[in-house]
Amino acid sequence: MTDATLRSLPTAAPTSAAPPRRDIGLKRRYGAERRFKAYGIAAVGTGLFFLCWLLYTVISQGYTAFWQTEIRLPITFAANIVDPRGTGNPDMATLQRANYPKLAQDAIVAKLGIDPADRGAARDAAALVSANVRAELRDVVASDLTLIGKTQEVWILANSVVDSGVKGQFDLSVEESRRPLNDRQLGYIQQLEQDGALEQRFNWGLFTFGNSSRAEAAGLGVALIGSAWMMLIVLVVSLPIGVAASIYLEEFAPKNKFTDFIEVNINNLAAVPSIVYGLLGLAVFINYMSLPRSSALVGGLVLSLMTLPTIIIATRAALKAVPPSIRAAALGLGASKNQMVFHHVLPLAMPGILTGTIIGLAHALGETAPLLLIGMVAFVADYPATPLDASTALPVQIYMWANEAERAFVERSSGAIIVLLIFLALMNFFAIILRRRFERRW
Amino acid sequence: MMENVSFASTGAHARPVDLPVKMHGRKVEVFYGQKQALHGVDLEIPERQVTALIGPSGCGKSTFLRCLNRMNDTVEGARVVGDITLDGEDIYNKNIDVVELRARVGMVFQKPNPFPKSIFENVAYGPKIHGLAKNKAHLREIVETSLKRAGLFEEVKDRLDEPGTGLSGGQQQRLCIARAIAVSPEVILMDEPCSALDPIATATVEELIDELKQNYTIVIVTHSMQQAARVSQRTAMFHLGRIVEVGPTEKMFSNPDDKRTQDYITGRFG
Ligand SMILES: Nc1ncnc2c1ncn2[C@@H]1O[C@H](COP(=O)(O)OP(=O)(O)O)[C@@H](O)[C@H]1O
Ligand SMILES: [Mg+2]
Repeated sequence: MTDATLRSLPTAAPTSAAPPRRDIGLKRRYGAERRFKAYGIAAVGTGLFFLCWLLYTVISQGYTAFWQTEIRLPITFAANIVDPRGTGNPDMATLQRANYPKLAQDAIVAKLGIDPADRGAARDAAALVSANVRAELRDVVASDLTLIGKTQEVWILANSVVDSGVKGQFDLSVEESRRPLNDRQLGYIQQLEQDGALEQRFNWGLFTFGNSSRAEAAGLGVALIGSAWMMLIVLVVSLPIGVAASIYLEEFAPKNKFTDFIEVNINNLAAVPSIVYGLLGLAVFINYMSLPRSSALVGGLVLSLMTLPTIIIATRAALKAVPPSIRAAALGLGASKNQMVFHHVLPLAMPGILTGTIIGLAHALGETAPLLLIGMVAFVADYPATPLDASTALPVQIYMWANEAERAFVERSSGAIIVLLIFLALMNFFAIILRRRFERRW
Repeated sequence: MMENVSFASTGAHARPVDLPVKMHGRKVEVFYGQKQALHGVDLEIPERQVTALIGPSGCGKSTFLRCLNRMNDTVEGARVVGDITLDGEDIYNKNIDVVELRARVGMVFQKPNPFPKSIFENVAYGPKIHGLAKNKAHLREIVETSLKRAGLFEEVKDRLDEPGTGLSGGQQQRLCIARAIAVSPEVILMDEPCSALDPIATATVEELIDELKQNYTIVIVTHSMQQAARVSQRTAMFHLGRIVEVGPTEKMFSNPDDKRTQDYITGRFG
């Protein structure tokens, strides 16, 4: 048809004359677009800059926390110290009481070839070893009683001052009396390093130890368990309640003044400062219901209250976004309202609900203020066996370490921040995966 | 109880001769909040016939259609007055369950709206929730017959597990028709079922409607005069929430009584 039209036109037909160009403001319109793009790029750039700065600060200060200086010593588990009564099978109480620091001191003095009579030198050498050696050696013996009376090479933690010194966090060139390590100790450290008996090893303790006043023995173990318990509680409590409440409000509740009032209140609750939830938790769960202070249960419940509005708002938005045509299709076939919601609307709203829930959880994972109010700042060294035992949480542990003066704790709080950020990133990653999975079901 | 009506055309309310009335609306008024959308509509819908509702947009065709399976119940603030019967029984009566009613009076919407599930599940959903299939094999059979009746089976038989939303517009609409007939309704309501389709798909659906009237009573809203003329036996002309004329389609298009009908079908307004 096009060909026919073309052919029917005489080749010599004159071209039509263009009318005078109109000014339709093209320059202005494109200018506006270019300006807007520039603002956008500037905004994104600023955001990225601050994000990189934050990451750089945290990582550059914190990455060293994942390494810990340790000293390898041939420890002789002398029977007269470990098992003074000579039973050959000492009970736990005896093992608890044994003077392990003495074993460590003897070992390091022998290792460095110091005259045991030189009290000063022996004390300086012993100070290189962490006071945590008591717990460490006790655990070694307790796990293998046949060691009593024998000598075994053991890696033990170096004192946090040694650790900081080895990591170059002190200025070692200042006058001797003004630095925490004296010249003799520096000499010992060098000697041990040359022997291969002092090195930085991966700091598993950061993830397994409970809190400690000695930086080298302080870890996130209790905080990780506490946070895990709390996330579980938040998920179990606020996801079902939040989703059920949203479904009821969105799909079943009559639209009247009362439900409007509830809606306004839920939106307001999402904006209530988290510390207020802490006060509420203190009053309700601890003072009124007498649940144990600083337990993961109370923390989890408080965080659940805080997360509920977020989940409800996200869920309602996700339900609202399901096209009315799908609802009409289901109802038109004779599905009951309940069947419409559970067969069609809820599955389609799932990605939105999950995203909202995970964002809520991530928020709860990083929340500190309400936990301070319910006493989760307690110093907890032992693993909580149940959610009723005292525990702490990752952000609270960071807060506590950040308040310590010692250089080694600064490093550890940055390390803990890295751990927290990794968990948050994992949760977001998980959210994306879940969303993709659910969305792929057309 | 069975009402019979004569086909002799007597002015605005012509009655078909001796055809059983499947549904009957009397003095139907619908309010959306304060706004009245229907002002006393009387309409008889004969059994196993196609009844077309025509009229300019906003005149209340969809509103009337939605009264017939009580979809207006789901519209916020909508109120229906008057009575509508199905086989002589008032469908707004308390002892009629709307779920059961909708299983008897199915609906096909303006925009094809398959569920975001497989073709099979789209059709199987209705029979499943109403417990119509005795077992898996029976369910398969229902799905196949429905797809065949909707004239879609040959095109999709190899991909029943693929998403219904992946079909073309015309196929989607036929899928929705198959989905509606899978619950074996007595009446099928169609609200401008071809307005989102191209002419070829429209022709397919129109043929289908013509076949379906062997087994089902059909009410179709359409804005296309040709379509009403092609598929329906009876036509009702709506205007401003009232029926201005109703009668056999042939007569409506050849020799309408009302000036407004004449103007509308000749394209002078609407
Ligand atoms: N859900 C609704 N809420 C309020 N008014 C409505 C609603 N649906 C339809 N109406 C009004 O009712 C009148 C009839 O609408 P409708 O039945 O959709 O007309 P048609 O299908 O003939 O184009 C119109 O004035 C429309 O604005
Ligand atoms: Mg309409």
